[in-house]
Amino acid sequence: MTEQMQTQQDRSDGDAVGSAKAEKTIIRVEDMHKWYGQFHVLKNLNLNVAQGERIVICGPSGSGKSTFIRCINRLEEHQQGKIIVDDVELTNDIRQIDSVRREVGMVFQHFNLFPHMTVLENCCVAPIWVRKTPRKEAEATAMEYLERVKIPEQANKFPGQLSGGQQQRVAIARALCMKPKIMLFDEPTSALDPEMIKEVLDVMIELAGSGMTMICVTHEMGFAKTVADRVIFMDAGEIVESAPPHEFFDNPREARTQKFLQQILHH
Amino acid sequence: MSESMAPPVRAFAPVQWVRNNLFNTWYNILLTLVVGYLLVTSLWPLLNWAFFDANFAGESPSDCTSAGACWLFINQRMNFFMYGFYPDELQWRVDIMFALLAVAFVPQFIERFPGRRWFGIFGMTGLPIIGYFLIPGGWFGLEEVQSSKWGGLMLTLILAYIGILGSLPLGVVLALGRRSEMPIIRGFCVIFIEVWRAVPLITVLFMASVMLPLFLPEGMNFEKLMRALIGLTLWQSAYMAEVIRGGLQAIPRGQYEAGSALGLGYWRKMRLIILPQALTLVIPGIVNTFISLFMDTTLVLIIGLFDILGTVQSTVTDPAWQNVAIEGYVFVAFCFWVFCFGMSRYSQNLERKLDTGHKT
Repeated sequence: MTEQMQTQQDRSDGDAVGSAKAEKTIIRVEDMHKWYGQFHVLKNLNLNVAQGERIVICGPSGSGKSTFIRCINRLEEHQQGKIIVDDVELTNDIRQIDSVRREVGMVFQHFNLFPHMTVLENCCVAPIWVRKTPRKEAEATAMEYLERVKIPEQANKFPGQLSGGQQQRVAIARALCMKPKIMLFDEPTSALDPEMIKEVLDVMIELAGSGMTMICVTHEMGFAKTVADRVIFMDAGEIVESAPPHEFFDNPREARTQKFLQQILHH
Repeated sequence: MSESMAPPVRAFAPVQWVRNNLFNTWYNILLTLVVGYLLVTSLWPLLNWAFFDANFAGESPSDCTSAGACWLFINQRMNFFMYGFYPDELQWRVDIMFALLAVAFVPQFIERFPGRRWFGIFGMTGLPIIGYFLIPGGWFGLEEVQSSKWGGLMLTLILAYIGILGSLPLGVVLALGRRSEMPIIRGFCVIFIEVWRAVPLITVLFMASVMLPLFLPEGMNFEKLMRALIGLTLWQSAYMAEVIRGGLQAIPRGQYEAGSALGLGYWRKMRLIILPQALTLVIPGIVNTFISLFMDTTLVLIIGLFDILGTVQSTVTDPAWQNVAIEGYVFVAFCFWVFCFGMSRYSQNLERKLDTGHKT
C-alpha cells in the first residue's frame, strides 16, 4: 500500500525519489521554462534528483530532452524558474556557472574530443587548468580512467585515429577525470555504428554500478531497463511521465507514453 | 583467409617515362619538339644575360664591357642596399642582428634540430628586445644612430618583422573581440577593423607621417619610422583579424561546448582549445597576409624612408651608373623572393606537423 502511494506521488509531481537508497537531493529543477525566441521549448519542468540516482530521459525528437539536460550545466540558459545543482543556483553569475560545471561532467552525442590533443592530453587539460592538479598526478588519474574505459593503450594517439566507440569512451574518461558528482549523457550512442554501441553502454553500466549520479538522454531502452532508477518521458517540452522502469515499460499511464513505447519497441 | 600482399612496385625509369609521355604518338612528338624549341630559344638568351655574358668583377661602370648583366653594380652598392645610410663603422651592430635572425629561424627549417622551439621563441622575444637596444644605440655607451639613417634590407626586415610580430597578437584579440557577446567590445572591434581595412596603406602612411604630427600636442613627437611602424601594424592587424575570424568560425560549436562543460573559463577555453585549432586552420591565410605585408613595406618609400627597393631605385637613377635598372630590380625581386618563399615553405612544414588527421 505504501509503495503504491509512493509510486502515485512519483507519477503525479515527478519530483519525488524513486528508490530507497535516496539520500540528498543533488539537482533541483523548479518550475523551469525556456524559450528560443518566441518558441516555448521547455514548459514548467520540475525534477528532483537524489545523489546516486540514475535517470533516463526519453521522448520523440524535438521534445526538448537534450535542451533540458544542457540547461543543467548551463550550456543553455533558462528564462524562468530555478535550477539548483549541488546547492548552487544557476544564474548569470559566471563563477557560479563554472563551479557547477566543475562538478557536472558531460558526454556529447558527437564526442567533441579536442582533435589537436592526444587522448591523454584531452583527459588532463581540465584537471590541470581548472582543478590545478599537478601534471604527473593528472596523468596518473587519466590513465586510471582510461583503464576503466578499457583503452589505456590508446593514450598517446590522437582522437582522429580512433573509432567512434573508442572516441566516446575517451570522452567519458575525460569527463570522469574531473571527478564530477554528476554525469550528463546527451544521446551518447546515437552517432555510433551498431557494433560499437555495446562497448559504450558497458562502460556506462559499469559507471552506474559505482554509484555515480547519472542523467542520460538515450533511446537505448535496454539500458534504461537494466540501469535506470527512474525513466522520464518528455514530449513537446513537458515531462509527461516519470516512473521506475518496470512500471514505465509494463504499465505506462499516459497515452502519449504508450504511443511512444509502441513506436520504439515494435519496429 | 588470404595473405596480405605488398603493393605493386612502381619503378621509375626516366627513359621509359619520356618515351611513354613525351614521344608516344606523332602529335606528342611534334608538341615536345615545338615546346622544347621555344624553351631553348627563350631560356638561352636569359642564361646568357644572367650568367655567361655577365660581368661580375670590377669596380666601376667602365668594367661592364660585355653584353650581359652588370652584376658588379650590385656588388659595388651592396653596402647601401643592406644598411642604407647606417654608418660604416657601426654596421657590425646590424650584422649581429642579421646573424641572430639566422640563428633563430634557420633551425626552424631543419626537422631534427635539437631545441629548435627555443630558437623560435628567442626569435619572437629576445631578438626584438636586443634589436631595440642595439640598432638605434644610445644605450650602454653605444653611439646613437638616428632612424632616418636606417635603410636598405635592414629597414625592410625591421618593418616586416615588427609588423608581423605586432599584427598577429593584435589580430587575435580583434578577432575574438569581434565575436564577443559584449556589445561595446564587439562594436569597438568592428569599427576598428572596418575603418582600417577600408583605407589604403598609402593613405595610412601619409596620415602617419604628415597629418599625425599636426594633431599631437606640442613637444610630443615620434620619429617618422615609429609612426610608419604603428600605422603599418594597425593596418595589418585589421586584415589579420579577419583571417583569424575565419578560423574561429570554422571551429564547430561542440568544441566550445566541450570546453565549457569541463569548466574551462573563457580565456582558457580560447587559449587551450579554440585558438590552437583555429590558427592551425588558417595558417595559409596568415602566411599570405605576412607575405603581402612584407611586400607592402616597400610603400614606405613615399614618406621618404629608404627600404631595399628605395635604395635600389635611388641608385639606378644615379648618373654614374647607366643602364643598370634591370639588374637592380632583379636583385630586389630576388631578395623578396628568398624571404617570401622561406615563409611559404615554413608554413607548409608547420601545416604538416600540426595535422593530427582529424577534422571535427
